[in-house]
Amino acid sequence: MSGIPHDTYEPKTGAEKWLDSRLPIVGLLYNTIMIPTPKNLNWWWIWGIVLAFCLVLQIVTGIVLVMHYTPHADMAFASVEHIMRDVNGGYMLRYLHANGASLFFVAVYIHIFRGLFYGSYKAPREITWIIGMIIYLLMMATGFMGYVLPWGQMSFWGATVITGLFGAIPFVGEALQTFLLGGPAVDNATLNRFFSLHYLLPFVIAALVVVHIWAFHTTGNNNPTGVPVRTGSKEEVKKDTLPFWPYFVIKDFLGLAVVLVIFWAIVGFMPNYLGHPDNYLEANPLVTPAHIVPEWYFLPFYAILRAFTSEVWVVQIASFVTGGIIDAKFFGVLAMFGAIAIMALVPWLVSSRVRSGRYRPMFKWWFYLLVFDFFALMWLGAMPAEEPYASFSLIASAYWFGYFLVILPILGVIEKPLAEPATIEDDFDAHYGEKSDAATPAE
Amino acid sequence: MLKKLAIGAAFALALAPVASHAAGGSGHVEDFQFSFEGPFGAYDQNQLQRGLQIYTEVCAACHGLKFVPLRPLADEGGPALPADQVRAYAAENFTVYDADLDEDVPAKPVDHFPANTAAGAPDLSLMAKARAGFHGPYGSGMNQLFKGMGGAEYIASLLDGYTGEEKEEAGTLFYENTAFPGGWISMAPPLSDEQVEFADGHDNSVHHMSQDVAAFLMWTAEPKMMARKQAGFVGVLILTVLSVLLYLTNKKLWAPHKGKKTA
Repeated sequence: MSGIPHDTYEPKTGAEKWLDSRLPIVGLLYNTIMIPTPKNLNWWWIWGIVLAFCLVLQIVTGIVLVMHYTPHADMAFASVEHIMRDVNGGYMLRYLHANGASLFFVAVYIHIFRGLFYGSYKAPREITWIIGMIIYLLMMATGFMGYVLPWGQMSFWGATVITGLFGAIPFVGEALQTFLLGGPAVDNATLNRFFSLHYLLPFVIAALVVVHIWAFHTTGNNNPTGVPVRTGSKEEVKKDTLPFWPYFVIKDFLGLAVVLVIFWAIVGFMPNYLGHPDNYLEANPLVTPAHIVPEWYFLPFYAILRAFTSEVWVVQIASFVTGGIIDAKFFGVLAMFGAIAIMALVPWLVSSRVRSGRYRPMFKWWFYLLVFDFFALMWLGAMPAEEPYASFSLIASAYWFGYFLVILPILGVIEKPLAEPATIEDDFDAHYGEKSDAATPAE
Repeated sequence: MLKKLAIGAAFALALAPVASHAAGGSGHVEDFQFSFEGPFGAYDQNQLQRGLQIYTEVCAACHGLKFVPLRPLADEGGPALPADQVRAYAAENFTVYDADLDEDVPAKPVDHFPANTAAGAPDLSLMAKARAGFHGPYGSGMNQLFKGMGGAEYIASLLDGYTGEEKEEAGTLFYENTAFPGGWISMAPPLSDEQVEFADGHDNSVHHMSQDVAAFLMWTAEPKMMARKQAGFVGVLILTVLSVLLYLTNKKLWAPHKGKKTA
């Protein structure tokens, strides 16, 4: 907002002036909703609204579900069945909440990959990017703990496996795991603290979303060309941008509505497709499921976790150098968290001066390969830990790290980028054709 | 748009094996055709009533349905028994412990089907959702995408999958079954031809009864399925109309800012 000159709210009547001099809230809302937005944004930019919708959906359905849910190891499973059978509309509430998590992650992954392609993380938007990555991390924590609450078999064994990861940390791991679980194993104490945190974290996410929006409203949106909005004068800004309301609100709502048609069809017609049948069996510490599979949105990183076995030479070297402190299990944990952390560091790994992937002929193909790699890892994460999946997982994991650590830094040096358009207006007109009469924003 | 479709397809393909893999094991699950499959599928009321009868006369001896109340047996979209029949069914078949009287009294519609752990048999309330069924063709998961997870197919395949072979291992008798993962199950074949007499003289071969009781167990697992699908239709319809309206609004809104499309 601050960087882009635009019309701001001016209190006119006495009452408005009175309020504005005490609490400039009307001006804040006006400036937020009327922010000049690059008019060439394409459909990949709708996912922010979808994400905001998901957060509200999850909080609203979640708050009502809590009214009927019992966070106790002996009663949780039955209380979920009570919601499904006895509570008015309870089955819709629960299916919306469970599938809402999936929509949330579909949206966040597209949102992240959009940022990776169009260089939305590059200066001056590093803070926006990092806040986004923290939100994503908190979403994963929230999603994981939410999956534990129904207290089914996958809830229980998923919690056992994932908290076991922390147990792999040298020296402090065991104490940390006990602290997380509230005891030596997954039990009522675990369920209670996960329930508490599952309720808390969405509000932390909501606060961070405000910061995320604040940050990119300060820098202005990126856009498909990566070329910044001209900020010489208000007239120049008006040539490159349109106000968020009504142009982008309506456009984003259109995108959201189409996404929701699909979402609603999934909730109405196949609500259990993305879940695991074993979670309709009540948690039983004495029976381990044949395959413990996490939710689909964790699978790519689960595949990376499992890829680094003690037979991999990198792991053997790490183990040898550290005198066995970094064993295969801990290496896998480091790799999994590293695969996420490395995305947060991408603003400092990219060497190209061109922001948007649209004008980077070599980068494009490496990026598409990364998207393919992501789906490959997702598929591999669901496969049993045996050949040939283990070797594929290792190759796919290697590419994930190679992309960020080797390819991105080198590409900027060896790649000859295409010519970028001079302005956003040029890009917009090149796509839609120039207006014969001088463009006059309808306001 | 094409790109978006491609991404969508990629997502679907990436997710399919997750669900299909959930089937686990290696048993053969037959692709039974149930009336409730797919977005337009509905429970067959008569089939649910036959399934209830089979459950009551056969399965209830060992298996409980502890999460299922008796009351929704009268529900539309379920077996839809008349209210007085539900009362009679509850009172005739089940008892519950009354703490005030300190004795077992006949069950009422507000009570649940009893739990039954006597034979160590699993509770069947949710079994049809706790198992995955036919996930073909070619393990693609497409069948589950359009017809549901197929727990009922698994149950019917299991009940209909006994080969008649038996073996004894460590003092326990195992029965060969083509649907059960591993091929050998400790449950003796529960159904035999003409075991249950239906009032309307419906086919009571093992093959048919397996499907009837599987359909009933799908209902115990998902009693609100019909209401859910209806909500699905209404929601999809409303959101589609909303999408069209927003499309037209968006088009009109942006028109003054766009020139003649040349590209």
